[in-house]
Amino acid sequence: MLLVWFWLVAIMITGYVLLDGFDLGAGVLHLLIAKTDQERRTVLRTIGPVWDGNEVWLIAGGGTLYFAFPWLYASAFSGFYLPLMIVLWLLILRGIGIELRGHIDSPVWRGFFDGCFAIPSILLTIFFGAALGNVIRGVPLQKDGYFFLSLWTNWRVGPEPGILDWYTVIAGVVALIALTIHGAHYIALKTSGDLSLRARRIAGLLWPALLLVTLLSLWATLSIHPNLLDNYKSHVFLFAIPVGVAASLLAMFLFQRRSKDKAAFLSSSIYLIFMLVGAAAAVYPNLLVSTTDPSLNITVYNAATGPHSLSVGLVFWGFGMALAIGYFVFVYRMFRGKVSDGESAH
Amino acid sequence: MESALLIHRLHFAFTVTFHYLFPQLTMGLAPLIVVFKTMAMRTGNENYNRAARFWAKIFGINFLMGVVTGIPMEFQFGTNWAQFSRVTGGVIGQPLVMEGVFAFFLESAFLGLFLYGEKRISAKAHWWSAFLLFLGSWLSGYFIIVTDAWMQHPVAYERLANGGFQVNSFWGLLLNPWAILQYAHNMSGAMITGVFVMSGVGAYYILEGKFQEYGRIFLRVGVIAGVIFCVLQIFPTGDLHGKYTAKYQPVTTAAMEGLFKSETGAAIVILGQPDEEHQRIDNPLVVNKVLSFLIYGTTAAEVKGLNEYPKDVWPTNIPLLYYSYHIMAGLGTIFVGVMLIAVLLLWRKKLYQSRWMLWIIMLCLPLPYIANTAGWMTAEIGRQPWLVYGLMRTTEGYSKTVHAGNGLFTLIGFMGLYTVLAILFLYLVHREIGHGPEPEPENVHTLAKAA
Repeated sequence: MLLVWFWLVAIMITGYVLLDGFDLGAGVLHLLIAKTDQERRTVLRTIGPVWDGNEVWLIAGGGTLYFAFPWLYASAFSGFYLPLMIVLWLLILRGIGIELRGHIDSPVWRGFFDGCFAIPSILLTIFFGAALGNVIRGVPLQKDGYFFLSLWTNWRVGPEPGILDWYTVIAGVVALIALTIHGAHYIALKTSGDLSLRARRIAGLLWPALLLVTLLSLWATLSIHPNLLDNYKSHVFLFAIPVGVAASLLAMFLFQRRSKDKAAFLSSSIYLIFMLVGAAAAVYPNLLVSTTDPSLNITVYNAATGPHSLSVGLVFWGFGMALAIGYFVFVYRMFRGKVSDGESAH
Repeated sequence: MESALLIHRLHFAFTVTFHYLFPQLTMGLAPLIVVFKTMAMRTGNENYNRAARFWAKIFGINFLMGVVTGIPMEFQFGTNWAQFSRVTGGVIGQPLVMEGVFAFFLESAFLGLFLYGEKRISAKAHWWSAFLLFLGSWLSGYFIIVTDAWMQHPVAYERLANGGFQVNSFWGLLLNPWAILQYAHNMSGAMITGVFVMSGVGAYYILEGKFQEYGRIFLRVGVIAGVIFCVLQIFPTGDLHGKYTAKYQPVTTAAMEGLFKSETGAAIVILGQPDEEHQRIDNPLVVNKVLSFLIYGTTAAEVKGLNEYPKDVWPTNIPLLYYSYHIMAGLGTIFVGVMLIAVLLLWRKKLYQSRWMLWIIMLCLPLPYIANTAGWMTAEIGRQPWLVYGLMRTTEGYSKTVHAGNGLFTLIGFMGLYTVLAILFLYLVHREIGHGPEPEPENVHTLAKAA
């Protein structure tokens, strides 16, 4: 049961990264590749009907975590207080940037909301990557199960780290590059003409960087936590995950060269899935490791709610998510195909 | 320590109060938009479709504000109220996760289709997307009320060995009687916001002498729905909720009513200022025996005053609780009066010409926001000093690791950001009301260009 809920939370987070990932990536690229007002409207229209639903994965994922592992939720959310609040402010700015830009036909108004959309998108990808970096690196958990992290201390991975240190910055850069490529693939797929070509070119240019930071993050992770390979060593089939990461990177390269936008988008989706699943498989059963004393680690065993809640939860959660996936398939089919220039902006 | 508690309470109070300004209109407008869509399909009158589109635009701006201010709410359970989340996550995590998977996914999926998909889908499919949006927003409200109702009146739980709670009955939690009463009262309150905004805009159009045809539609729908929900708000929902509160939170009722000492045949205080030091109401305007009658159905019953309870279970801010309750109840009574007169004039076919009444309806527009806010303040201040009634005190629930300095920093940040949101919201809604429900000049413009 605990293993099941661990993976359900992991699936929700992966779903969020996969879906909101491409609209975050579109935001990162917004100012860079969309030059005219028409092009910027087109970028926004590619994500307009879906971004809000994508973001619900974050809310539902947070809710799932809260429900299944309240001790982790309490500890992590209060410990990462400052960066989470900054993430909330960025999400607010980004949401109004997307939705309010089109309301008034004025260069100043539109320029302001272009900034509200693009800059928070860039910062959010870095913060989300750094957040994952923090979970993998560990935090100075106290005996009562709580901790509090400053935004930065001495930028070193030690017993008293900050939210940002050299390791979590690497994780942030991985997320920035990976989601930018993912977003570029999405824009290439959903648009036509110059915009699509520029998106393709950016994705191609960033590919070597993604390869480099992926390897760098792997090296950095194993250098700060060599024991993260323990699960892999005891379950050899898990080594399929890094093979999958490598294969998806290779596929991304090949499909980019042949301008197969859909296949390239699928490759970056698979890359993100394997990276996140690989991380989840490495940390299990830990949910949050202590940098001071391994006996204080928050694990699935000490963070979960009671067995009755969890088994009843499985029924309604499964039912609800099946419905949700149904809506998603429906909406994405409704808005499938390339965005055309003719329709009025929302 | 104490200052951190205060900051965390203000943090949640400020963000939730600001947030709820938006969902109440979302939930209040959604069914009225479905009414317009239905009338358009039944009568074939295109004006109803234009009315629906006009309100959909305001709905869209309002919904966006609700979404962006709503996300922080779920986070704050963990960031600012970590100990509360740790102990009660096994219970209130359930409605919160259900809200995500059952309501938010539904709403977000059909919002895009409703706002941007009218040309892509059939009229029937568009009606359905409006209906499912209404369903999603009302479901979302139910799960939040279940969460709050458990904090007001905990049911269907058991203690775990680690000190936390878990649910022991899925339906017991979802069908908490408190939740059902509170939901009925709250949703009727949201409808009141919806109808006053709609009829207020209608009255404004007629007084201003523009979009008069739409002004009449808004007034007619707003006033007819208005009289229904203004009455439902008091009877039976408010009445039952009040009796239930008196039964399970009698000390809260005593504080709400400003009843410092027990009274047989207790009088109800209409106006007056509670003086905690001398334990009395200054400048009281009272109606004899009515309080006993309202709670127990007989003028002879004894109502227990605050003097019967130890001070450590008294609500922590009695004057604020007393005023919140009196503002809510007072406004609720005024709403019934306004809507009854309006519907009478409508029936006698005099409403659209009665400028004095149109002025009153227009000026009432902001009042339901105040009444709904005051109602929630009554519920939440009335729950004090408990975070979970009888089980966990508010002083035990906040995040001990987040000191007052960090809390104040983010509270100031939210205040600044929300000020910007409020300005944007008012500006954009004002603009939409100015444009009115006629076909958009922008479309005319593009057509002209195309020609």
